[in-house]
Amino acid sequence: MNLPIDKTALWTVIIFLGLGSFGLRFVFLGLIGNRTMPEWVLRHLRYTAVAVLPALVAPLTLWPSATDGQPDPARLTAAAVTLAIGYFTRNVLAAIGAGAITLYVMLWLLG
Amino acid sequence: MSSPSTRKALRMGLKDGAPFAVVIIPFGLLFGVVATEAGLNVIEALSFSVVVIAGAAQFTAVQLLSEHAPTWVVLASALAVNLRMAMYSASLTPHLGGAPLWKRAIIAYFLVDQTYACASMAYTKNPGWGLPEKLSYFFGALAPVCPLWYVATVAGALVGTSIPDGLALDFAVPITFLAIIAPMLTTGAHRAAALVSVALALGFAWLPYNLGLLVAAVAGMATGAEVERRFALAPFERVPE
Repeated sequence: MNLPIDKTALWTVIIFLGLGSFGLRFVFLGLIGNRTMPEWVLRHLRYTAVAVLPALVAPLTLWPSATDGQPDPARLTAAAVTLAIGYFTRNVLAAIGAGAITLYVMLWLLG
Repeated sequence: MSSPSTRKALRMGLKDGAPFAVVIIPFGLLFGVVATEAGLNVIEALSFSVVVIAGAAQFTAVQLLSEHAPTWVVLASALAVNLRMAMYSASLTPHLGGAPLWKRAIIAYFLVDQTYACASMAYTKNPGWGLPEKLSYFFGALAPVCPLWYVATVAGALVGTSIPDGLALDFAVPITFLAIIAPMLTTGAHRAAALVSVALALGFAWLPYNLGLLVAAVAGMATGAEVERRFALAPFERVPE
């Protein structure tokens, strides 16, 4: 779409994200052992995913690069359907499927 | 190591891990396709899946890389997505902490949503298991899950290069993320965290270097924790997808 990804940046991310992810998985199992984490840390950790992923997805949904950042009815409808199906069924793949079908139907309807 | 009880635990692990293939294959394919759309070749896409082995974090990293966010922002965001792995690690330590270091290192590498879900459930259901049974079960559960992640990534990357533009694949990433987020919105605290995160991400989208993402993520996290503390919600054991 736009400029290609810089190879140095790509490999830096692959290597350090790999090391960091391994570190997070190994930290208790390998290093800290059976000590428990303070409650306030656990309380924040519980919300990491629901805090990061929506922040990432909101601008992509509202201002898609494929439409030069203009809100797009087809993509907005698909996003709403995905969210609703995921929320009510708690099934990730069902939500992806419903969202994809909605997107294609809407793109076809709106020409 | 190979006694009837460990072989039985291994078979149970295989059986419990197998259904996750239904999730891993399409998700891995999608990552391969999205990675090639972003300009990665097959080796680079596969390296991501082998080195990082965490779907949501990989999608996050590829998306931010293609937006040319600074490397440290990419790393901070993708690692934040993976912070839950530290919780998994803490939760399995009472069960597997007695294994030799090299085995704990291998377990840590393969500690993903699906293997964690299997192990934490099986260890609770089988309190009589010793360390050998628990280890066998874990290796049984990862066998149908983790190798498929690599294979599906390669398949997706090979297919990805031949997909025409008209398929609106730009929207595969938002749809995938929305589908991951929606089932997580189980409590008021989770919904509040997500709402604050969305509002601030849009409000601070003008900040350079994708810093709006980090502002929104930190504020969302604090919101979730504060809502939970203030309303004394029952501690919530996250059920991985």
